[in-house]
Amino acid sequence: MNNNLSRRGILTGALGLGVMITTAACGGGGSDAGAEAADYTEPAADITADLTFSLWDQTQVEALQQNIASFQEKYPNIKVTISVTPFAQYFTKLQTQASSDTLPDLFWMNGPNFQLYAGNGKIAPITGPIEAGVIDPGKYPEALTTLYSLDDVQYGVPKDMDTIGVWVNKAVFEKAKVDLPGEDWTWQEFQSTAEAISKALSKDGIYGGAGGMDGQTTYYNTIFESGGEVIADGKSGYASAQSQQGISFWSDLIASGGSPSYAQLLDTTADQWFVSGKLGMYWGGSWFRSALSGTDIEDSITVLPLPRGARQATVIHGVANLVAANSRNKQAAHTLQAYLSGAQAQQQLGEAGSVIPAYDGTQRTFAESMPDANLQVFLDAVDYAVPLPVSADTAAWNTLETQLLPDAFSGAKPVAEVTADLASQMDAVLAKG
Amino acid sequence: MTSPPGSAPVVPKESGTTKTRRPLRRDGIWPWLFVAPLVGGVAVFYLWPIIQTAWFSLTEFGVFGGTTFTGLSNYQELFADPDLYKSIGNTLLYTVIVLLNIPIALVVASLLNTPGLRFAAVYRVLYFLPYVAMPTAVAMVWRLIFNGDFGLLNYVLGWFGIDGPYWISTPGAAVVAVSIVGLWSSVGFSVIVLGAALKQIPPELYEAAELDGASRWRRFRAITVPLVTPSIAFLSVVTVIAGFQLFDLLFAVLGNSYSNPTIYDSMSLVYMFYEAGFVTNEKGLAAAVAMVVLVLVALATLVQFRLQKKWVHVD
Repeated sequence: MNNNLSRRGILTGALGLGVMITTAACGGGGSDAGAEAADYTEPAADITADLTFSLWDQTQVEALQQNIASFQEKYPNIKVTISVTPFAQYFTKLQTQASSDTLPDLFWMNGPNFQLYAGNGKIAPITGPIEAGVIDPGKYPEALTTLYSLDDVQYGVPKDMDTIGVWVNKAVFEKAKVDLPGEDWTWQEFQSTAEAISKALSKDGIYGGAGGMDGQTTYYNTIFESGGEVIADGKSGYASAQSQQGISFWSDLIASGGSPSYAQLLDTTADQWFVSGKLGMYWGGSWFRSALSGTDIEDSITVLPLPRGARQATVIHGVANLVAANSRNKQAAHTLQAYLSGAQAQQQLGEAGSVIPAYDGTQRTFAESMPDANLQVFLDAVDYAVPLPVSADTAAWNTLETQLLPDAFSGAKPVAEVTADLASQMDAVLAKG
Repeated sequence: MTSPPGSAPVVPKESGTTKTRRPLRRDGIWPWLFVAPLVGGVAVFYLWPIIQTAWFSLTEFGVFGGTTFTGLSNYQELFADPDLYKSIGNTLLYTVIVLLNIPIALVVASLLNTPGLRFAAVYRVLYFLPYVAMPTAVAMVWRLIFNGDFGLLNYVLGWFGIDGPYWISTPGAAVVAVSIVGLWSSVGFSVIVLGAALKQIPPELYEAAELDGASRWRRFRAITVPLVTPSIAFLSVVTVIAGFQLFDLLFAVLGNSYSNPTIYDSMSLVYMFYEAGFVTNEKGLAAAVAMVVLVLVALATLVQFRLQKKWVHVD
């Protein structure tokens, strides 16, 4: 079993099949490899290492290069090679790398995928760096540090954070002669405003609001706001009446004409409608700010908190830098990991403006990067934010959501029927573990 | 695979005598050394993966490796899944529509072969361009063309009073839309292959037919078509195999499942493989899908080879 061929098999569909995947024939690392606490001491300044660093967002590379340049002032012999893979392929690639034990030393991770990798011993815990005092989890929003811990072991802290708000194009409101709602608005107000704009501007093909397929920016928020759950105690929360209300919010919006139809939204996504000036209100994450730079509507933007349902809520999420469990340069990788999540690097990241840094006290720079748009909304939202719902294998039930919910949104089936079906299928997947 | 147009069969026919069938060992090791690189490549990159895939399809494959033998349970799950039959149906529909590229290409190639045609090279390049363009780039452009609200296609249909559907977000329409893109991008290759075959036809045949008073249509039917049947056979085999492997266009035109649920109504076999292998992490099931693709491609190719004896014209 020691020859190369049997360890790293090549799985291919059929003769000449265009899809070839390198994958491991037998698992390399034991699954308990990550659980034991790693010792960590801060390395001497002359430590030499070549680190690889994988991420998915090209727009953040410049800020990260600055981070790395200032890191190298202290550790000139730690070289860092950044490789960017678009998000759509990122986790396919990472999974292949993890299977063949060739993960990069340092890589970005998100909440939905974290437990899968941590649970299989692919990620190095940061117990060592925490004990050495170079990473302090207390400096980050609690909802996000818990996102990157599993079975009381901390594997990372967020490098950035995002919350959801309603991006508003004031020009559309003026054109439709509809008043801008106040910050303490309700679901009702959102629906009537959306409908009023769509009605007033229908001949221009402009809509007031827009539904969306994405849980994080749309229906997870309304589910939480109506007091429902997406997943709780390893079971689906979709069967509850509250969760149904959260889904109905979107089917009602589409049915009333306050939003483009579901088919229209698949062809042209809500953010595209918004950026091209054809949408008054867009439910979007704080990360959407960078997509607005240089557009025609940049100057007429403001942000409102999500309208209130039974309670106020927003989904919070953040990306973390994690170290591979089988990294050959673990000490150097942890040192860079700690640096990237520290005050200095986070300040730099915030000044670049594309994301909200997660470190306490470095966030204001983000709000100031677009002074007229009231980006402070996204920071204030942390107070009532709910973590992005995840489980050991989030992708398995995310697929069910995308498969089943459209029938509810488009009005093809009653919401109650769809959510009941989703809940039972999701429970079946969760039971499989 | 059929022999390329014009080339004679290499294997001598009816050579039953002992003289021509010499024992291999008399040739020594040399012939084996010469073919070793190829055989090695085939063994490592084709045979071994097939054996492994067959094995994986009988196991439950951990997300990051580690297999447990589960017998035929993956196949049981697969054959009970309505998605399998839906994706076989979609794959067949796609393949049939893309096969239309051969008659279209035959007409185009004949026109390009007209003596004295000006700018023939330019036309040939234009027809071939879609074939060399990246499938994802092609898909991006067609995505814009198909857009229900702002797309070119529905805009043009509007001139004729036709209210076009939301092509890539309407179940049913989406597979057809993707098939049209596949058809469009495969015509170029067929034009080149058929064009080469047409060049092989001796002009005297046409001259003789013309003297006999055969019409242009008659000459096309009685001379051109029969003489290019070997190339048509080759193209149909290649097209069917490529059709069964439909993935990239589908993925790029319809987007992945997170952005467009229409993909579930339009998925192909290879998309099902991708979804099982990399989205829902059921790699054993994915291997079973791959085995189904292998068997179907083998069957389709075998049937075509059988049928070819009836209609392919060989001198």
